[in-house]
Amino acid sequence: MAGENLLEIEDLSIGIKRGGRQVRIAEDVNLTVGVGERVGLVGESGAGKSMVLRAIAGLLPRGVEVLSGAIRYDGKNLLDLRPSQRLRLMGPEIAMVFQEPMTALNPLMRVGEQIAEASIRYKGMSRRAALARAVELMSYVGIPDPKTRATAFPHELSGGLRQRVMIAMAISLKPRLLLCDEPTTALDVTVQHQVLRLLEEMCDEVGAALLFVTHDLAVINQTCRRLAVMYAGHVIETGTTEQVLHDPRHPYTRGLLESAPDFDRPERLLAAIPGSAPNLADRQPGCAFAPRCRDAVESCFAGEPTLHATIDGRQTACFRADELFQKVNA
Amino acid sequence: MLQRLGFIPGRLLQAIPIVFGLTIIVFSLSKLIPGDAAVAMLGERAGPDALDALREKLGLDRPAIEQYFLYIGRLLRGDLGDSLMYHVPVIDVLPNALPVTLSLVLYAVLLALIISIPLAALAASRPNGVRDLVVRGYTLVAQGMPQMWVGIMLMLLLSLQFPLFPIGRYGSGLENIRNLFLPALTLAIALTPTLIRSLRQSMITVLEADYVATARSKGSAGFPLFRDHIVRNAILPTVSVVGVHLSYIVGGSIVVERVFNLPGIGQLMVQAILNRDFPLMQAVTLTVGLLVIVVGIVTDVVYSLLDPRVAAGRAKA
Amino acid sequence: MSVVSVIVRGKAPSKARPRTRQLRPWYQNPPLVAGLIVTGLLVLIAVFAPFIAPHDPLAQDLLNARQGPSPEHWFGTDSLGRDIASRLIWGAQVNLRIGFLAVLIPFVFGTIVGAIAGYFGGWFDIVIMRIVDIFYALPFYVIVIALVFALGSGEASIYLAIAMVSWTAYATIVRGEVIVAKQLDYVRAARLGGLPKWRILVRHIGPNVMSQVIVYAMSDVVMNILAVVTLGYLGLGITPPTPEWGSMIVEGQTFITTNWLMATIPGLAVVVASLGLSWLGDGLSDLLNPDRRK
Repeated sequence: MAGENLLEIEDLSIGIKRGGRQVRIAEDVNLTVGVGERVGLVGESGAGKSMVLRAIAGLLPRGVEVLSGAIRYDGKNLLDLRPSQRLRLMGPEIAMVFQEPMTALNPLMRVGEQIAEASIRYKGMSRRAALARAVELMSYVGIPDPKTRATAFPHELSGGLRQRVMIAMAISLKPRLLLCDEPTTALDVTVQHQVLRLLEEMCDEVGAALLFVTHDLAVINQTCRRLAVMYAGHVIETGTTEQVLHDPRHPYTRGLLESAPDFDRPERLLAAIPGSAPNLADRQPGCAFAPRCRDAVESCFAGEPTLHATIDGRQTACFRADELFQKVNA
Repeated sequence: MLQRLGFIPGRLLQAIPIVFGLTIIVFSLSKLIPGDAAVAMLGERAGPDALDALREKLGLDRPAIEQYFLYIGRLLRGDLGDSLMYHVPVIDVLPNALPVTLSLVLYAVLLALIISIPLAALAASRPNGVRDLVVRGYTLVAQGMPQMWVGIMLMLLLSLQFPLFPIGRYGSGLENIRNLFLPALTLAIALTPTLIRSLRQSMITVLEADYVATARSKGSAGFPLFRDHIVRNAILPTVSVVGVHLSYIVGGSIVVERVFNLPGIGQLMVQAILNRDFPLMQAVTLTVGLLVIVVGIVTDVVYSLLDPRVAAGRAKA
Repeated sequence: MSVVSVIVRGKAPSKARPRTRQLRPWYQNPPLVAGLIVTGLLVLIAVFAPFIAPHDPLAQDLLNARQGPSPEHWFGTDSLGRDIASRLIWGAQVNLRIGFLAVLIPFVFGTIVGAIAGYFGGWFDIVIMRIVDIFYALPFYVIVIALVFALGSGEASIYLAIAMVSWTAYATIVRGEVIVAKQLDYVRAARLGGLPKWRILVRHIGPNVMSQVIVYAMSDVVMNILAVVTLGYLGLGITPPTPEWGSMIVEGQTFITTNWLMATIPGLAVVVASLGLSWLGDGLSDLLNPDRRK
C-alpha cells in the first residue's frame, strides 16, 4: 500500500436502539483507504455498509450511534473531534454522493444554487461567482447546456442528470475522499455506465480517494481496485478486486459469485444461496453465515470468526478458509 | 412562472357556485329571522299604507324564490340596501370597517408565525424531549383558552397593570402597530396551537429528509441550513393549513373586535345583529364569506408560487 | 371471520390483525388518566351543583354587590350581589351540558352523511362535498351568531345553530376514513364473500372509522364549550340570569379595574375544562389508535 492511509476504520461498531435493546448493525469493521485509492464495499441491503459511510460523514440518523472503535482521517480520529471541527471537514475534505438523487436534492432550490452552496460557505465566494463556478462544474460533469440547466429545479431533470448534479456538488471543493452510497442503483443501466465513468474521471482529475458502497459486483469490478465484503454487519473478506472476484476466500463471497449470471457461460445454472440474511436483532452465537453455508461444521456455530490473514496475505473471516480454498487451488 | 398560475381561472370558476351557495345561505338567514322586515324598518307605529308600500317595494309578498332573485339582482347592481341603524346605504358603511379587520387579521397571522416558527423548531429538534413536551403542553393549554378571555388577560397585564398599549384606539398608519398589537396578539395566540402542530410535524419530516443529509454532507449547518433547507420546505404544508384556518381567524376577529372595541367588520356584525339591522347583517355576512373565499384562492396562489413542483393547470393540492 | 383473517394483510385496522406494538394499559396512559380525573371532577361538580354551591346563584344581594373574596363569598360577588363561586359551579352545569349535548346531532348526522358519501360515492358524494365547501367559506362564529340570533336565544337555538355548522367536519372525516377503508383487502374479501354493502359498512368499516370520529368528537366538545362561552360573552344564547361562564366574563370585563377576579375566574374554569377534555381526547386517541401515535 503506497503512502500513509488516508482513511482508517478500526474496530468500528454501530448500533441502533430497537425496542429498548441495542442492535448492532455493524460490528468490528476494519477498513482502510489509501490516498487516491478506490475501494469498494459490497454486501446485501441491510448489511450495514451505508451506515459505515454515514458514520464516517457524521450523518448517522437519529437513534443510530457509534458504539466503539475509531475512524481515522489523516491520522486524526474523527470521533474525537468536536462537531464544529468535524463539520469543517465536510465539503473540502470529505464529500458524499447519495443513492436517490430525487430525494437527495432540495426540491425547492434551483440546482445551480445547490451546487454553489459549498463554494459560498467555504471559499467565501460571492453568490454570482459561486453560481458561475457551478455552471463550470456542471459542464465539467457533462451536463449539456449548463447555463440554462443551472436555473432548473431538481424535478425538471432526469435521474442521470440529477446524479451528475450530485457529483458536481460533491467535487466542487476538490475533496480528498469521496464517499459514494450506491450512486448508480437508482439509475437505468445505460446511464449507470456513464455515471460510473464520470466518477472515475473525476477522481483521477481531483486526485480523490473513493469509498464505493454497492451491492452490484459488476460495478465494483469496473470501478474499484480493492474491495471489502460485508455480511450481517461484519466485514468477512478483503483483497484486491481481481483476487476476490476470481478467487474468493469466503463461502459467502463464493456464493455471491455463483449466483451471478455469467454471460460467457449461459448454460451454467444459477446457484442461489439458500435461506435469507439473519435478523440482526436476533443474533445467534457463532458465524453469522453458518446457517446458510454448505461447508459449515459444528465449530462454525460455536465461535465467531474474525478477519484474519490467509496464507497468501489476503483477509477473510472464516474458520475453514485455509482448508476450503487451499484445496480448490491445489 | 406565469404558466404556474394557469390554474387561477379554473379556481375562480370553481368558486362561483360556492359564492352562489353563500348568497342562498345569507338570504335564508334573513328569512329565518322572525318578525316583519317592513315593521322592523319603519317601526311599529308606521301606518298600514306605508308598511304595504314598503312590502311591495321590497317584494315581501312574493314567493321566496322570486325574492331571492330580486336580491341577487340588487346585489349585482351594487345595491346592498340601506342600513337601518345608520340610515345610509350599506355600501357606505363597509369600506370604513373592512381595512380595520384586514389589518388586524394580517397582523395576527404575522405575529402567529413569529411565535410559532421558533417554538416548532424547538420542539422538532428533539421530538419527545423536554422542549418538545413543554411546547406541546403550551399548545394544549392555548387551544382551550377562550379568545375573549385571552384578550381580557392581555388587556389586564399590558394595558392596565403596565400601561404599554392602548385599548380601543384605531388611528391611521404606523400608529396602529401599537394600537392593534394586543388584539392581534390575542388572535395570534388562538392560531398558534394549530400552526405549531403543523410546523412541528413538517419540520420533523424535513429534518429526516435526504436532502438535509446532503446539505450537511457539504458542511451546511446552523442558520443557513435552517433557512435554506428546513424552513423553506417545512413551511409549505403550513401555508395550506393557514389557508384552511383563515375562516376561523376571521371569525375570531368578531370576538376580538368586540373585546377591544375596534371599529371593524366583526363589531359591525354584532351591532347589526343586536339592532336587527337585516340589510347590514346580510351584507356583512356576505362580505366575510367572500373574504374567506378570496383568501383561500390567494393561499393557493401563494402555495403554487412557493412550490415549483405545482404544474400549471393542477387543482389545489 | 376465519376467511377474512387469513386474507388479512397490509394496513388492516386494529381488530383484524395482531398488534405489533404492546398496548399500554389504560392506567399507564398519562393523558387518559389526567383527562379522566379532571373531566370526572368537573362532571361531578356540575351534576352535584345544587349540593356543592354555597349559595343560590340567582339570589341577589344588592347591599353586598361587587365585594372581593371573603370567607362568605370565596370569589366575591358580582354587580347584583350574587355569589360568584356559586354561579361558577352552576355555570359548569350549563356550559358542560351544552358542550356535550351539542355534539350529538352533528355527530350522528355528519357520520351518516359522510359514510354514505364515502362508500357509495357518485353524485351524492359530489353534491355533499360542494355543500361542505360552502359551509367552510363561512366562519363558524358568523353563522352560529346569525343563526342564534335568527332562532332566538335559549338553549335549543344553540344546539340547532351548532348542529347546522359542525356536521361538516364529521362528514369529512368519516368520508375520508371510509374511502380509505374501502380499499383495504379485508373489506374486498368480505365483498367477494358476498356480504351486502350495508353489512360491510356497519360491521367491518364502522368500528375502525368510529375511533377517529370519537377522538374528534372530544375536541369538538371543547369547541362547543368555547362557542357557548363566546355567545354568552356577546349577549347571545344563554341569557341572564342563568349563570354561564361567558356572560360572567363580559360582566367581569366592565369591572376589570376594580375586581379583576370577576373576569379571570370564569375564563380559568373554561381553560381547565378544555384541558381536561383535551387530555381525555388524547388519551382516547392513544387507546383506540395505538399505531397512529405521534
